[in-house]
Amino acid sequence: MPFLGAKRWLLAGIALAILASYFTPQFNRYYLGVVIDVGIAIILATSLNLINGHTGQFSLGHAGFMAVGGFFSAWISLQVGGTANAIWYFPLALVAGGLLAAAVGLLVGVPSLRLRGDYLAIVTLGFGEIIRVVAQNTEAIGAASGLKGIPKLTNLGWTFGFAAITVYAISALVNSTYGRGFIAVHDDEIAAESNGVDTTRTKVTAFVTGAFFAGIAGGLYAHHKQFLSPTGFDWLKSIDIVVMVILGGMGRTVGVIAAAILLTLMPEVLRDFSEYRMIIYALLIILLMLLRPAGLFSFNFKRRSHS
Amino acid sequence: MKPFHLLFATIASLFSLFLLPSCKSGGGDTIKVGEFASLTGKEATFGTSSHEGTLLAIEQVNAAGGVLGKKIELLTEDDQTKAGEPANAVNKLISKDGVVAILGEVASSRSLEAAPICQQNKIPMISPASTNPTVTQEGDYIFRVCFNDTFQGGALANFASGTLKAKKVAILTDVKSDYSKGLAKSFKDKFSTSGGTVGIELDFNGGDKDFKGQLTAIKSDAPDAIFLPGYYNDVALICIQAKQLGLATPIFGGDGWESESLLTIGKDAVEGHYFSTHCSIEQPTPEMSAFVDAYKKRFNGKSPDAMAVLGYDSAMVLVDAIKRANTTESAALRAAIAATKDFSGASGKFSLNADRDAVKALVFIQIKGGKFTYNATVNP
Amino acid sequence: MDWFLQQTINGLGLGAIYALIALGYTMVYGVLRFINFAHSDVLMLGAFTAFYIAPKIEKLLGSQSALACIMVFIVAAALCACLGMLIEKLAYRPLRNRPKLTVLITAIGVSLLIEFTAQNEKVFGAAPQPFPQLLPERAIHLGNLVISSNDVLTVGVTIVLLVAMWFIVQKTRVGTAMRAVSYNQQAASLMGVPVDRIISFTFGLGSALAAIAGILYAIKAPGIEPLMGVQPGLRAFVAAVLGGIGNLPGAVLGGVLLGLLETFAGGIPELSNYRDAIAFGILILILLLKPAGLLGRSSVEKV
Repeated sequence: MPFLGAKRWLLAGIALAILASYFTPQFNRYYLGVVIDVGIAIILATSLNLINGHTGQFSLGHAGFMAVGGFFSAWISLQVGGTANAIWYFPLALVAGGLLAAAVGLLVGVPSLRLRGDYLAIVTLGFGEIIRVVAQNTEAIGAASGLKGIPKLTNLGWTFGFAAITVYAISALVNSTYGRGFIAVHDDEIAAESNGVDTTRTKVTAFVTGAFFAGIAGGLYAHHKQFLSPTGFDWLKSIDIVVMVILGGMGRTVGVIAAAILLTLMPEVLRDFSEYRMIIYALLIILLMLLRPAGLFSFNFKRRSHS
Repeated sequence: MKPFHLLFATIASLFSLFLLPSCKSGGGDTIKVGEFASLTGKEATFGTSSHEGTLLAIEQVNAAGGVLGKKIELLTEDDQTKAGEPANAVNKLISKDGVVAILGEVASSRSLEAAPICQQNKIPMISPASTNPTVTQEGDYIFRVCFNDTFQGGALANFASGTLKAKKVAILTDVKSDYSKGLAKSFKDKFSTSGGTVGIELDFNGGDKDFKGQLTAIKSDAPDAIFLPGYYNDVALICIQAKQLGLATPIFGGDGWESESLLTIGKDAVEGHYFSTHCSIEQPTPEMSAFVDAYKKRFNGKSPDAMAVLGYDSAMVLVDAIKRANTTESAALRAAIAATKDFSGASGKFSLNADRDAVKALVFIQIKGGKFTYNATVNP
Repeated sequence: MDWFLQQTINGLGLGAIYALIALGYTMVYGVLRFINFAHSDVLMLGAFTAFYIAPKIEKLLGSQSALACIMVFIVAAALCACLGMLIEKLAYRPLRNRPKLTVLITAIGVSLLIEFTAQNEKVFGAAPQPFPQLLPERAIHLGNLVISSNDVLTVGVTIVLLVAMWFIVQKTRVGTAMRAVSYNQQAASLMGVPVDRIISFTFGLGSALAAIAGILYAIKAPGIEPLMGVQPGLRAFVAAVLGGIGNLPGAVLGGVLLGLLETFAGGIPELSNYRDAIAFGILILILLLKPAGLLGRSSVEKV
């Protein structure tokens, strides 16, 4: 995607978000809820796409970052309390959650310097699980019973505003001179290193940035569902996000966004088939991979091809 | 380029399917009741049981002509035992389908996720079996037809010091489950204030299959009894492994134990152990025996467990309230549910108190001769 | 001291099962270089196969007899081997030349498909089923120590299968071909190795191992349900990576280590609630010190 396109996305996204929030009260709550889910999924998938797609690292711990951001920002909101001046503290709480998640991302990014492929995958999975277990044992955030009574502050405006910012920031980052390093690391780490790319810093940047936005998504999720339970952030949640990224075509922003939309809507549409819903869902994943193995939304006019 | 169009068409049609208005039944001719349950996933057994109980109740009511001259339409959503799902399921039931009330869930953590949504939409929610005290504190539209863990934990503590004459009790909890943790806490509070000693406290993860590490440590601690607030699938395995390790200490737990599976899987390893629950099939009231017969007939001879009984009662309380309110308007319906008094359910006679919790007796069951046998009743 | 020895025995019993599952993961990984997520579901299917065929076989060969027990193992392993080969042929083979991550997602899809199909009321249903006792269970007392005959069986089977796998891979023609495919698929195929057949064989072998592990697991914890494979599958995956994925003795070492650690952690009050995290904590620590696992050889990337 060209750089100018990214700016267009940002403006279009924010305009859409403002427009949508204006009409919010008229929307059906269920549809509204699912559309917010879609927005959160877009943030999660786009941010994981930076780590897994653009940089070519394989992270399976995204739900962990999401949990850190979610629990921390929800905890802040509960300390501040009330929805009166939410417009001030809500974004601050979200960013604080994102920052803590980014700090954890730094911690996870460090082992990625030494590990690659499946080893990295299992270590990030492990970090994600450790975060969940720690949350399960921390009384301040409700331990096993989870955090309840979180004020409902997430709306279309915040969600899609942050989604637009995420897409913009990550596109801008990848397309900057510095960001070309991500793609270089993805394509050939050794060649990148010998061409003067600081691969260490590039990888850590990818982890920290990805984790930051996952943390924001977690905060939005917390103030959307109003209840957080540690079991909701297990490794299967991470897998959901990974499926979005791979189905969308690793490193292809538009494709990943489309996959995030598709995979969030699909289970909802399939609700009418209740008992066969997840069977159909699984079958669709297999068929999509078999029929479009390079990602659902990859076409031959794309910028670069994968080996 | 062709697949490109195809995919756009797919996404577009998915969207339109999703946005399709669902006013097909047009309202009017049926009363819509929503239910959310974990029909797949780790705790699917409880969800399936409560769902079957609820389904049976609705079918019976409809066979008898329905309420207010209308049939009841039960809309069931599966939440897959997954956090995040109940919110969508309940939102869908309320906002898309327009149900008049919500029934569910067994697990407190998923009820807690749905409760604020029901409260904000002013749609009454009746949980069949969420015993965590905080569930009904979510608001005045949230009810339950079971006792809460404060009562159950206290009764268990008295049972330990009274019937079991235990001075020192070891506690083994499921660290993933708020039910297990909550029940352990209220047990501990009561047991230690009434002079008992809590010995070693260990955790397992629900779904683990090996508990010998914990059981060996408990064996070295030599308690008089082991308190095991957990679900029957784990409990059966824990009892089997305790027996393998030669641990002869009595084990006791809460209502999560009750299921035929505890006997079929645990076999002789669960023999002699105790648990508290909502009702005993051995001491049947006429309502109870009628329910058991109907359930067996409807579900191919399967015996109902406590979750099925409570699922049935949650639906019956709702139907009774609709009858009394003579409307499905939410405030009137809420008031009618809150006024439920001396209701004769399958699980016994109970009323709802000011905290919207059921006030009902608790029974202790001992497993004897491969059967659940009645041991004692504790009145509230 | 008794406490320590007893926990060691418990840990070995658990570790042996992890090791057996990890062996299957590692076999497939060694040849195909991808994590077969559906492995844990084949394990579950192995247990269910045994659950359904055991009564029939026991009717023929006598209840709780050693012969019947062995037959149950063989039939279930054979059926699951066929199933594994079928999965490979339908879902993985068409993607052979695609990036490994594509295959990984397909594997996740297959895993979800098996799990949700099995949970359907018309298939197995979600409720746990009582697994029959295939062999009479005895407790062996050594002083204060208790050893369950089931654990002895598990440890024995694991050792036998490890040796068998090692023999197949190192000493037979098929094994040579497997190693060739693992080393360089293209070159192997140019040298006349029937790559498709070898990969199919490896999948069959891995699935048979999963089925055997599933039955042993079901004997240890006789309540079987469609999601029973998920937790041990994940632990075994950790074990395989811990030992150095693709390395047979490494998988067993990793499995036993993990079993011991979890058992000891389970018995300590301040640690038992972190039991899920401990396995991963140790894994991360070891991988930081030895990035290719305990017995794995780190590959140096050449330019």
